Amino acid sequence: MTPEIITATYKVNGEERTIAHPGHHTLLEVLREPLSLTGTKHGCELGECGACTVLIDGEPQLACLALAREFEGCDIETVEALETGEGLHPLQATFADLGAAQCGYCTPGILMVSKALLEENPKPGRAEIKEALSGNLCRCTGYIKIVEAVEWAAGMARGDDDAGPADAVFYGQRDGGTDHA
Amino acid sequence: MPEPDGLNLIGTPFRRVDGVAKVTGRTMFADDLTFPRMVHMKLVRSSVPHANIVSIDSTAAEAHPGVIHIVRGESMPDPFGILPVSQDEHAIAIDKVRFVGDPVLGVVALSEDAAEAATRLVKVEYEALDTIASVDEALDGTRDEIHDYGDEGNVHKKVSLRFGDVESGFEKADLVLEDTLFYEGNTHLPMEQHAAVAVPEGDGKVTLWSSTQTPHYVHRALTRVLKIPASHIRVIACPNGGGFGGKSDPFNHEIAVTRAALDLGRPVKICLTREEVFYCHRGRHPVTMRIKTGFAKDGAMISQHLQTALDGGSFGSYGVASTYYTGALQTVTYQLPNYHWDGMRAFTNKPPCGPKRGHGTPQPRFALEVQLDKAAHELGLDPADIRLNHLANADSITANWLRIGTIGLRQCIEKVVEGSGWRERYGKLPEGRGLGIACSSYLCGAGLPIYWNHMPHSGVQLKLDRSGGVAVFCGQTEIGQGSDSVLAACVAEVLGIDLQDIRLCVADTDLTPVDLGSYSSRVTLMMGNAAIQAAERAKSLISKAVSKRLEVPVGRLVFAEQRVFDATDPEKGMAFAEAVQAAESEFGTLGTTGSYTAPRSPGRYRGAGVGPSPAYSYSAAVVEVEVDPVTGITRVPKIWVAHDVGRCINPVLVMGQVEGGVYMGLGEAIMEESAFRRLPKKLSNALVHKFPSILEYKSPTFNDMCDVETYIVEDPDPNGPFGAKEVGQGPLLPIMPAVCNAIFDAVGVRIDQIPVQPHMIVQALEEKRRGGAGRYGPKRFPVVPWDEPLQVPTPMEGGDGKAVNAEQVGVHGGTMKETPKGTKS
Ligand code: FES
Ligand code: FES
Repeated sequence: MTPEIITATYKVNGEERTIAHPGHHTLLEVLREPLSLTGTKHGCELGECGACTVLIDGEPQLACLALAREFEGCDIETVEALETGEGLHPLQATFADLGAAQCGYCTPGILMVSKALLEENPKPGRAEIKEALSGNLCRCTGYIKIVEAVEWAAGMARGDDDAGPADAVFYGQRDGGTDHA
Repeated sequence: MPEPDGLNLIGTPFRRVDGVAKVTGRTMFADDLTFPRMVHMKLVRSSVPHANIVSIDSTAAEAHPGVIHIVRGESMPDPFGILPVSQDEHAIAIDKVRFVGDPVLGVVALSEDAAEAATRLVKVEYEALDTIASVDEALDGTRDEIHDYGDEGNVHKKVSLRFGDVESGFEKADLVLEDTLFYEGNTHLPMEQHAAVAVPEGDGKVTLWSSTQTPHYVHRALTRVLKIPASHIRVIACPNGGGFGGKSDPFNHEIAVTRAALDLGRPVKICLTREEVFYCHRGRHPVTMRIKTGFAKDGAMISQHLQTALDGGSFGSYGVASTYYTGALQTVTYQLPNYHWDGMRAFTNKPPCGPKRGHGTPQPRFALEVQLDKAAHELGLDPADIRLNHLANADSITANWLRIGTIGLRQCIEKVVEGSGWRERYGKLPEGRGLGIACSSYLCGAGLPIYWNHMPHSGVQLKLDRSGGVAVFCGQTEIGQGSDSVLAACVAEVLGIDLQDIRLCVADTDLTPVDLGSYSSRVTLMMGNAAIQAAERAKSLISKAVSKRLEVPVGRLVFAEQRVFDATDPEKGMAFAEAVQAAESEFGTLGTTGSYTAPRSPGRYRGAGVGPSPAYSYSAAVVEVEVDPVTGITRVPKIWVAHDVGRCINPVLVMGQVEGGVYMGLGEAIMEESAFRRLPKKLSNALVHKFPSILEYKSPTFNDMCDVETYIVEDPDPNGPFGAKEVGQGPLLPIMPAVCNAIFDAVGVRIDQIPVQPHMIVQALEEKRRGGAGRYGPKRFPVVPWDEPLQVPTPMEGGDGKAVNAEQVGVHGGTMKETPKGTKS
């Protein structure tokens, strides 16, 4: 049985693209294959890991569980949209600086959830950050640097210069204290 | 802050060199690659755990629209495997399957969908064989054998080593403890599913892009199985989306996809599903341990006899090394003058076990650290003091002939004791809350390569030209641990240039000098030293040319801030690019190399090849737990961890490794397990994986992760690059025993098994209420017929590193030159 091929128009990262693809394909497949937006990752394709999270009209969605054709006409946003002509998004800068992306495989999904969180709540507490990200697995970081990076980015986005991380975030407790600077 | 020893970049937190690529989605993982005319492959996998293949009918699959090729086991008859002593895998099974998940056929189609659909049309007829589910079943000599090699029946490997006079040590001891413990298997669960793309080049050459931690060993396996000269095969390791040891073996799918590409003359990709990743496994071995230790009143260990029984799964993988690692590192943390270790590994019909973060050492470490806690209680000593008072000595040789260099364990223990308020809080927290302490050590690279040779373990090449840019070539593989950043930083530091001025070319067997791979925590130390050597050689060429131009003696030249200048008159100097131009004019095209080979270890007995390392890292952790005595649920609110890393190349990346290791240890301690079950008889009696999905395989989420207070201890090791030691694996190791020790402090019961589950605590508490010991754990150790141990006199006894009875027990000297017995090759 050959799959039914459909033609659909998607608005991804502000650009409209009309493509043909098998009608049963997920948004994950459509983004990664015909649209070549390989920044969105997959760790299970079963809705279990969060690696494939993208934003649909600003809301986090697991692309591996989303039938692509149902999202024609929606605003789809992927990690590729975060960096603009002005440079990195604050979340990208803090993730890079704190090593919150180690292997970087979970990172696109986590960045998208974090972006949606900060848009809704510019000053989230640690518990709120963890709650928002609780559907995203990361095997490398132990999550700590990710939470710190989201906090720092939130501060940056608010223009709060004092929101930067303490020295201990970079160095740990050195010699029983943090007065190594 | 300028670092001590005049370092500029090393020791300061800098943005990792691949950081921007990773946060923008630019990093190209293996499954992100596409090539013109690329087609897709899927593997048909065995649905039964142990059987002869009677027939494979692929007619319907071949007729499926889009299917263009079938790959059969017969096209790759040669076996392969990571260790020379266990070449026991086939790219696609030929006559026999050994676990649910063993590949039996490859299907290639124009689309992944078509390949997938066609695999379901393949009919395989099997003739069932006995299924071996446990070490005990493997030892029972009556069942069908999984392999036709090994020590006997389904016993893959047995080994027995004795150092010193262990028996009289027990006689002299004031306290002898004997414990049996069990450590369940678990898996790496890297977020990236393994993927590989093979691209033929039309002239008999082929390139494989793969998510592998060890491109060099994949290269060797491809050469062996495909019978193509190594120089015609190019393996490129893409950045790995996490590895943790799970991508360190050459895999069947990597070989099968390359075969398919060569057959078809076009690019072929394979991307495993998450379920298939569970079948690749190579995770933590389930190990049952019996540990008997004799202690003096003051807590000093006099003698120890450790026995380990590993459930290896269906193939050799790293198993022989894993087995040795369950014995090797017991001696490097505390003084232990007499030591006897017996190890065995069984073949069972489960996915193969292999190296997971800590490789073979977390299990015996768990046994040792839990028993030390028990000894402290028996002897009325503080568990922190029993450790502090008997630390191994720096610059010493252990009973089993490992050479220890620096040891920062004292500072590590002191930091976590102070930070956690141990002295004030231990033993004094309210019922249900407790603290536990444990320590550990890990290698900074295995002292020997996996196959016997005298070539460097790591090589680095530099190319410099008039642009001022420096290209750095090295076979090392970035798996998330930050090795690209270490490589760039070592070169940048020596040459005084910016990270931005460096272009890396890594993990490409055609273009980069060999580095053995990202395993055994070897990269920072070995690659780092090779990089420093290459950079120093470049610096020396540039210095000569600049010295001539500026008329300043070479010894006075400083390389910093992208300039080369006179130390006594910093104004007198030139830009780095100009300096390179001077050198290029003077010497012609510029290039240098550096290499690293680990120092020779003093051990000369058979088995001495596993355990030696140029340096050992040390860690200590205090874990706080809250245990609900009614439900048995354990929560870990906080962990204090200290790690002796020698020196931080980049502290923020060191922090990340420590925190990531603690996280993974916490998962192993309280939730992660690779469990199997037999289906009911009427459903074939097959042995199946309980949890081949992320949903069912429980691992910690954001909400499960505890607070971590990290202390980095820097005691530079002369063997490390700028003094650096490893950090990727060590900090995981103390977490599991510290959790169990904390549970004892909280509710007074001993859980001698990992992962700790609520029912275990409830049951132990119940037993205690009835007047029993209040313990949950294995009651017996398998009956293993070990041979007479190899007796090796210790350095203290005046030994020379050799065994005294090698002839009698039928093993001969040498360390890695084992020959496969009965292996098809
Ligand atoms: S790929 Fe894992 S949730 Fe979508
Ligand atoms: S950074 Fe590797 S999985 Fe999160």
